[in-house]
Amino acid sequence: MTAKLSNNQIAWRAAQDITDGAYVNLGIGFPEKVAQYQPPGREAIFHTENGILNFGEPPPKGQEDWDLINAGKKAVTLKPGAAFFHHADSFAMVRGGHLDVAILGAYEVAENGDLANWSTGPKGVPAVGGAMDLVHGAKRVAVITDHVTKDGKPKLLKRCTLPLTGVGCVTRVYTSLAVIDIEGGRFVLKEKLPALSFDELQAVTGAELLVSGTVADLIVPEL
Amino acid sequence: MDKTVANLATAVAGIEDGMTVMIGGFGGAGSPIELIHALIDRFLATGHPKDLTIINNNAGNGHVGLAALIEAGMVKKLICSFPRSADPVVFTDLYLAGKIELELVPQGTLAERIRAGGAGIPAFYTPTSYGTDLAKGKPVEEFEGRAYVRERWLKADVALVKAETADTHGNLTYRAAARNFNPLMCMAAALTVAQARRVVPAGGIDPEIVITPGIFVQQVVEVADPQQEEDLNRANAVYPGVA
Repeated sequence: MTAKLSNNQIAWRAAQDITDGAYVNLGIGFPEKVAQYQPPGREAIFHTENGILNFGEPPPKGQEDWDLINAGKKAVTLKPGAAFFHHADSFAMVRGGHLDVAILGAYEVAENGDLANWSTGPKGVPAVGGAMDLVHGAKRVAVITDHVTKDGKPKLLKRCTLPLTGVGCVTRVYTSLAVIDIEGGRFVLKEKLPALSFDELQAVTGAELLVSGTVADLIVPEL
Repeated sequence: MDKTVANLATAVAGIEDGMTVMIGGFGGAGSPIELIHALIDRFLATGHPKDLTIINNNAGNGHVGLAALIEAGMVKKLICSFPRSADPVVFTDLYLAGKIELELVPQGTLAERIRAGGAGIPAFYTPTSYGTDLAKGKPVEEFEGRAYVRERWLKADVALVKAETADTHGNLTYRAAARNFNPLMCMAAALTVAQARRVVPAGGIDPEIVITPGIFVQQVVEVADPQQEEDLNRANAVYPGVA
């Protein structure tokens, strides 16, 4: 396998598609990195489920205000034009179609747009949080993920094998190797690392990759 | 009219065995730590209340607040969206030992079920959870070509919430993202008890900035310098602590 993008680089690529003025929810963990790579001159407004619009960077250590946290329960700061609201309003923003983009992590994504990202099976304590809400209502639901699991198995599949978060909800997947859209229940390859051949990419993808039009080079700065 | 009560012990006196209690907060933000600890004190002194059903977004952290309530053995069932957290050992151990029930609810559905309970709406349809394990057994209906899952309201006997300022009529304001579930829970309980950093006379809060109107609040108690779960956990605090 040739080199792959780091998580920071995947987050950078996803950030390039966020337009000026977009209202965006970033899932807990890896997706939070996307906020660091907003292109200059564009201002996105970030939403957190626990009731803040337009929060910003974490405060310096020791200056945390624990009433000012994000959904991952990490301390954040406010940007000018921020707003607070209660949980029912927050999820009205989510389900009511008011968010432009939700960017989430994934265990598995299927070619029909199904997403599995909340449960790895019956062991342990189940926890869902806002994941099942976020996949509904945002105008665009994108996933950022390594292209394969830690064991090298495909995460992009014909059908998910793990418990679903939502059905038919994902429209674009940014991976460590490629950018892939979901159109008409199929994976359509949009960009791939230039050093990687189509066949190499197909070999680590669990469903057929379609090509319509040109496949662009996935070029990301060193980060 | 004066809804203030003299102390925390009086504020939690109305909670009985087997009741359903909503507890505000998201993680530590907006969590009424002092009310929860007063409830634990009562249990340790009298053996009551027990067999509680608790509604909260989480399952507590460390050994204070909600986690301490669970650890004390007062909770039969938890209704929440995210019982896994940085240090949820108390709930995790009891759950894996089969000693506590869990009803897992997606976060937005949890919020809307509570809102519906407070608004007199017995059920509603949501796209959330359609086609997933959490929709099993629930009625599904199609609207404008899309499938929605029917969810029921949630109501409680008592809600314990944390506010920033309360007035004697029970009007409340909140601080920053400590608002979260608190205003919804105020609406959905037969008895809502709010702890507030400051209790002021009626007229002391500009009506333009009231978040929870006093009609939803039955009792207020002043806790001038409330503890924050994150600070307690960073200090490895344990409630009630070793004597």
